[in-house]
Amino acid sequence: MTAIPEITKVQELIYELKIEQVMSRPVITVTPDTRIDQLKEILRVNRISGVPVVQGSKLVGIISIEDLIKALERGEMHSTVGEKMSRQVITVNAHDSVVEAVKRFEEHGVGRLPVLDSSGQLVGILTSGDITRGLLHAIGLGYHQEEIRRYRASHIFEDISSDRTSLILCYHIPARELQKAGEASSKIKKALYRLGAQPGFARRVAIAAYEAEMNLIIHTLHGGDLIAEIHPDKVRLLAVDDGPGIPDIQQAMQPGFSTAPDWIRSLGFGAGMGLLNIKRCSDQMMLDSQVGVGTRLEVLFYLKEEAVLGEHLSSTS
Amino acid sequence: MKLRDIVKVVEGVVLTRNTDLDMEIDRACGADLMSDVLSFAKERALLLTGLTNPQVVRTAEMADIAAIVFVRGKLPPQETIALAEEKGIPLIAAKYTMFEMCGRLYKAGMGSCDFVGES
Repeated sequence: MTAIPEITKVQELIYELKIEQVMSRPVITVTPDTRIDQLKEILRVNRISGVPVVQGSKLVGIISIEDLIKALERGEMHSTVGEKMSRQVITVNAHDSVVEAVKRFEEHGVGRLPVLDSSGQLVGILTSGDITRGLLHAIGLGYHQEEIRRYRASHIFEDISSDRTSLILCYHIPARELQKAGEASSKIKKALYRLGAQPGFARRVAIAAYEAEMNLIIHTLHGGDLIAEIHPDKVRLLAVDDGPGIPDIQQAMQPGFSTAPDWIRSLGFGAGMGLLNIKRCSDQMMLDSQVGVGTRLEVLFYLKEEAVLGEHLSSTS
Repeated sequence: MKLRDIVKVVEGVVLTRNTDLDMEIDRACGADLMSDVLSFAKERALLLTGLTNPQVVRTAEMADIAAIVFVRGKLPPQETIALAEEKGIPLIAAKYTMFEMCGRLYKAGMGSCDFVGES
């Protein structure tokens, strides 16, 4: 379900966050001499449901609203905290990660955990509400940082000043290595998204890149280079190899014309549609090839005409 | 149409983990030629295919395909499932032929990739 990745993120966070980052402080405390009716006022005024009991600087117990109700039922409101508190106090260490506290809540079924520092001093108190708030805050923070990162990436061309700035992504595509087929195109697509490209534009470039990448894998002698040059206003895609070269480009551009071997056809490729597909996705395509020398495919995609092009595509297809 | 309903209509099984069955898909295409998928499939479409190699998922990734249904009970190799999970593309397997599967979905109101405006 969609909620799963979020849970993973939360799981990560409960290990990363320290208890001291989410606990409440300063801690409201009472002493063993505090009377139960005074305790009732302390809980009511501070809107809390339990407090640690200290004597001097030592934690000696914990008392909760449940203990208070029991005392009320028995008409013992004038008894003292020292008589009614639990002396077995489950605590956590301020430097432990939140996951330790989660475990202790589960194990002991307590409502709150006094937090001690390394010298055993009471420094805070932790409820499951504190953990929830801490996690929500951390997720919000992470989300904000991710937004900033994305904003910076998408405005990279504004931040760097030159007469012509471009980002060049080069990938070597080995011949006949199908396992990795599509990885380069996938990375190009991801980079375009990172730079703030619209899905329609990224899709056009990715499809053309993928067809070009497959061509390098299927047809070349020694593989070739797939290069994406990303400019503020356009993307130039280059696929360059050193042979064997295309004897008749016009023929290669015919729909269905293919020299692909059977093994590649069985994978759903090599149907003689690749070059046409690249042309269809792009704004401009140039193909140069010489037998025995190599092939150079250059494809251009203009960013600014995207809106117009989108309309054009949907009205004719 | 929700992916959940698509799975019901084709009597399929979901092969990927963490699949969002509430995903809305309004059009579909059936193809065994990946170049065809790249040239005529529309974004966010459902792909029905008889191929099960990882290139199908790659193709779906490039073409922004929403989910893939394998016809005639074909089960993809583990690497295909792994790539699909990585890319967040749900995979479904069902026993019927391509024709039967398309017919069932069409009857259930699934749109095609031919008429973009109506989808």
